[in-house]
Amino acid sequence: MGLLNQRFENGNVLLTSVDDVLAWGRLSSLWAMQFGLACCAIEMMATGASHYDLDRFGTFFRSSPRQADVMIVAGTVTLKMASRIKTLYDQMAEPRYVLSMGSCANCGGPYWEHGYHVLKGVDRVIPVDVYVPGCPPRPEALMEGLLKLKEKIRKERLILKQTA
Amino acid sequence: MIAQELYDLLKTTFSDGILEAKLDGVIDPWVSVAPDRILDVARFLRDDERTQFDLLTLLSGVDMTKGTLAAVYHLYSMKRNHKIVLKTFVPETHPHVQSVASIWRTADWQEREAFDMYGMIFDGHPDLRRILMPDDWDGHPLRKDYQVPEFYNGMKVPY
Ligand code: SF4
Repeated sequence: MGLLNQRFENGNVLLTSVDDVLAWGRLSSLWAMQFGLACCAIEMMATGASHYDLDRFGTFFRSSPRQADVMIVAGTVTLKMASRIKTLYDQMAEPRYVLSMGSCANCGGPYWEHGYHVLKGVDRVIPVDVYVPGCPPRPEALMEGLLKLKEKIRKERLILKQTA
Repeated sequence: MIAQELYDLLKTTFSDGILEAKLDGVIDPWVSVAPDRILDVARFLRDDERTQFDLLTLLSGVDMTKGTLAAVYHLYSMKRNHKIVLKTFVPETHPHVQSVASIWRTADWQEREAFDMYGMIFDGHPDLRRILMPDDWDGHPLRKDYQVPEFYNGMKVPY
């Protein structure tokens, strides 16, 4: 709490909105679903391991979709896998987010033309919040994608519905 | 044994079961076998004292185009340190080959792959199902004349 020391001389009070606190809480512990599909998953594992240490962003992998907030689609989505991904997504509790990692999950990647078995973009079966380009994206890029997702969540309003 | 000796041995043992051969000028000399004799040839090559092919390193399907499919067997003997390639050619209209899964267990999944990708039927296989594509997939994707479907289970397939 070094950042906040000596900042609140006038008593122990901080003024904010409920929505801000909720958003801050949610974006600070984005639990990811533990599954990987292809070469991109190797890079995702590297991001989770000690060198890049995804834990410091509050993101670590849970083996159950029930406990996950964000699904990182890391790799090639085959048509055989697509229906399973849809099921897993449906099993996640709301609010839920999807991060599409790598060209394959974004648009089919190297399989875009001759990949008879590849879904050309995971957004054909589930809605995607953030796309991370690359083949594979470096760990820094994946982290950037997660930070972008946090920005998105920070602006969300659960209590105060936005008025047009 | 060198390829020529193996070929002579096969030819004297199986005569009309051995169709043709290309032994010179190729990296892997090959012998083509009638599709209804491949099981006998395989058993002989594994069990005979002179050949002892104890390892099937690769079994693959091939679309030779012009209506012909092929199964290709890369054999190696750990004990004798020699190798040979067998081929069987079958027409697309009747793609039946004898299964060698009873000779080399490793042929089991590789024959399933050749079935999945090329539609070759391996008679006598213990469990000839698709291995890579979904069970309800139509057609065999590595055939040269294969057309990618527009939709699969409601999902658009082309880009
Ligand atoms: S985008 Fe590239 S690295 Fe990622 S899964 Fe596809 S082929 Fe592999």
